Amino acid sequence: MRALVRIASWLYALAVYGFIFLPVIVLVLFSLQATSFPIPPFTGPSLRWYGAVLSDTRLTSALVNSLLVAVLSSLAAVTLGFLSAWGFARFTLPGSALLRGLITLPLTVSYLIIGMGLLVLFNWAGVPKSLLAAGIGHVVINLPLCFAIIYSQMGDHQINIERAARDLGAPEWKVLLLITVPVMAPAIFAGFFLSMTFSWDEFVISFLLTRFDTTLPVEIWNLLRSGLNPKTNAIGSLVFAVSIVLVVLFELTLLRRKPA
Amino acid sequence: MTAPLVDIRAVSHRFGQQTVLKNVSLRIEPGSYTILLGPSGSGKTTLLSILGGFVSPSEGKVFIRGEDCTAVPPAKRPTTTVFQDYALFPHMSVGANVGFGLRMQGVDATTRAARAREALALVGLASAFDKKPHQLSGGQRQRVALARALVIEPAVLLLDEPLGALDLKLRRQMQDELKAIQKRVGTAFIHVTHDQEEAMALADHCVVMNDGRIEDEGPPERVYARPATRFSATFMGESTILQGNVTEAKNGTISVATSAGAVLLSAALQPGAKVALAIRPEHLVLGAAGGAVALGTAEVSDVVFQGSFKRVLATSTLDARLQFIAKAPATAAIQPGDTTAISCNAGEIILLTE
Repeated sequence: MRALVRIASWLYALAVYGFIFLPVIVLVLFSLQATSFPIPPFTGPSLRWYGAVLSDTRLTSALVNSLLVAVLSSLAAVTLGFLSAWGFARFTLPGSALLRGLITLPLTVSYLIIGMGLLVLFNWAGVPKSLLAAGIGHVVINLPLCFAIIYSQMGDHQINIERAARDLGAPEWKVLLLITVPVMAPAIFAGFFLSMTFSWDEFVISFLLTRFDTTLPVEIWNLLRSGLNPKTNAIGSLVFAVSIVLVVLFELTLLRRKPA
Repeated sequence: MTAPLVDIRAVSHRFGQQTVLKNVSLRIEPGSYTILLGPSGSGKTTLLSILGGFVSPSEGKVFIRGEDCTAVPPAKRPTTTVFQDYALFPHMSVGANVGFGLRMQGVDATTRAARAREALALVGLASAFDKKPHQLSGGQRQRVALARALVIEPAVLLLDEPLGALDLKLRRQMQDELKAIQKRVGTAFIHVTHDQEEAMALADHCVVMNDGRIEDEGPPERVYARPATRFSATFMGESTILQGNVTEAKNGTISVATSAGAVLLSAALQPGAKVALAIRPEHLVLGAAGGAVALGTAEVSDVVFQGSFKRVLATSTLDARLQFIAKAPATAAIQPGDTTAISCNAGEIILLTE
C-alpha cells in the first residue's frame, strides 16, 4: 500500500513537471532539427537554424532592441521603485496605506489594458509609437513589482544604520547612496533582474506601442505568421535561455543567505 | 565657573497623547561621565535622542558648547551616538566603518586610514581593520561602534544602553574599558542604562530618572548614601522602606512613629508630617547585639547566598506588610523560619519626606 502511494506520487510529480516543461523541451529539441519542418521525426542535432537566426539582421536588431528596452526600463523601474519604497518606509505620509495600494495596483491590471491605455494616452500626447513608448510601458508594469520587492525588504533594522550615517555627518543623498542602496542591494538587484525577465519576453505592450523598430517577441510573432519553422524554435530557445539566466540571477540575489 | 558643556533647559516631550519628558533641566560638565539611570519608560532614551538630534523636543531648549542646538540635525551636531544595536554598516570593512565620519568631513583616504587605525587601537581592536562587521563578536562590534563615534572627536559621546546586548561577564569587562577609554580621551560621555551597578561603576555624575522626571542627580556615592527621593532609594540599590508620621519635634530632634516602633532622628520637621525612612541592606543589623535603633523582630522568609554575603529577606512580626532586606556575612548561621531582632544606627537612616 505504502509502495503504491509512493509510485503514485512519483507519477503525479512526473505528470506535473512534464506538463510544465514538455512544451519547452519540444521547442528546444526541434530548434536542433536539421530539416525544414519542426515536426517529428527528429533529424538533428544541427545548429543550422541558430546560424540562420544570427545572420538574420531583423532578428538580431530586434534582439538588441529587446536588451536595450529591458535594461533601460528595468533601471528606471528599479530606481523609481526604490525611491518610493524608501519614502514609504521612512516617512509618515498621509494616507500611506492607500497610496501604497495604488502604487502596486498595476500588478493586477492586465498588460492589454495597460498597453491600450498607454496607446490612447500617447496618441493624445503626440508621442509616436517607438521603443521609448514600449520602454515606458515596461516601467509602468515593472515599477510596482520593484516597489513591492524592495519595500518588503526594508526593515526597521536599517533605520539605525541610516541614523548612524547621518549622525556621523552624512547629508541625506550620501546616506542613500553610500548606506541604504548598498545595504538594500540584494532586493534592488532582485527587482532589477525580475524586471528584466518580464520586459525581455513581454509581447502585448511592445506590440501595441512599437512600429518600425521593435522588440524580439514582436519580431517572433511576425515570423510565426508565415508558419512554423525551426528558426522560430531556435529564436524561442534563445529567448528562453536568457530568461533562465535572468531568473537564476534573481533567485541568487534575493534568496542567497548572507553568511552569519 | 566655566559654562556647562551641555545645558538642557526645561525640556518636555510628548509622543502623541503621552508625555515622556516633563520639564527636564540638566547640565553636563566637560570631561564628565554622566549616566542616565532609570527603568524603561522613564524617558532616559528620549532625552538621549533629543541630545543626539534624532528627536526635537516639544518644549525647551538644548545648548551644546553654549550654542542653541535644539533644531540642529544630527549631522551638524558636535555629538555622536553609539547605538544599542551598534548600527555598523554591514557592507563596509571595520576600517571603512570607523573612517566614515572622517570621509564625510572630506578627510583624505590616507589620513582617514591612519586615524581609523589609531581609534581601533584605542579600543583594542587594531587587528580588525580589514574585517567585516559580521566576522566580529558582539563585544568587538561594540568597540568598533565606539571607535567610529570617537574618531571624529565629538564634544559629547552619547551611548544608548551600550552594554545591554552583552552577557554579564563581558558587560563588566567592557564597563571597565569604557571608563578607561573615557579617562584617556577626556570626551564627555552620556550613557543611558537601567543597570544600577553599571551606573555606580561608571558615573561621575548619576542622573536617576523616573516617569519623565529627574528624581535625583549627583555623584553616585552621594545618590547611593543620601538618595533624594524614595524612588532613587529603591532603584539605585535596594532599601528597606519604613512609612511613618512625625509625632514630636523638639530641639532639632523628631520622633517618627513607624509600624516597627518609634525612631528618633535629628531633623527639622513639623509634627504630623508624613515621612519614609530608607535603610540600606548593609546597615540593618540582625541579632540581639545590634544598633541603637531597635526595629522589633522579624521572621526570616528567605536567605540567598551571594558568595561574599547572604541576602536576607525578613517579614516584621509587628507588621506583615513590612519587608526587611538585609545583608548578613557569608558565614552567618541564619535560616528561613528564624526569628531575629532587627536594629540599625540612627545616622544611617535616610529620611525621605513625601
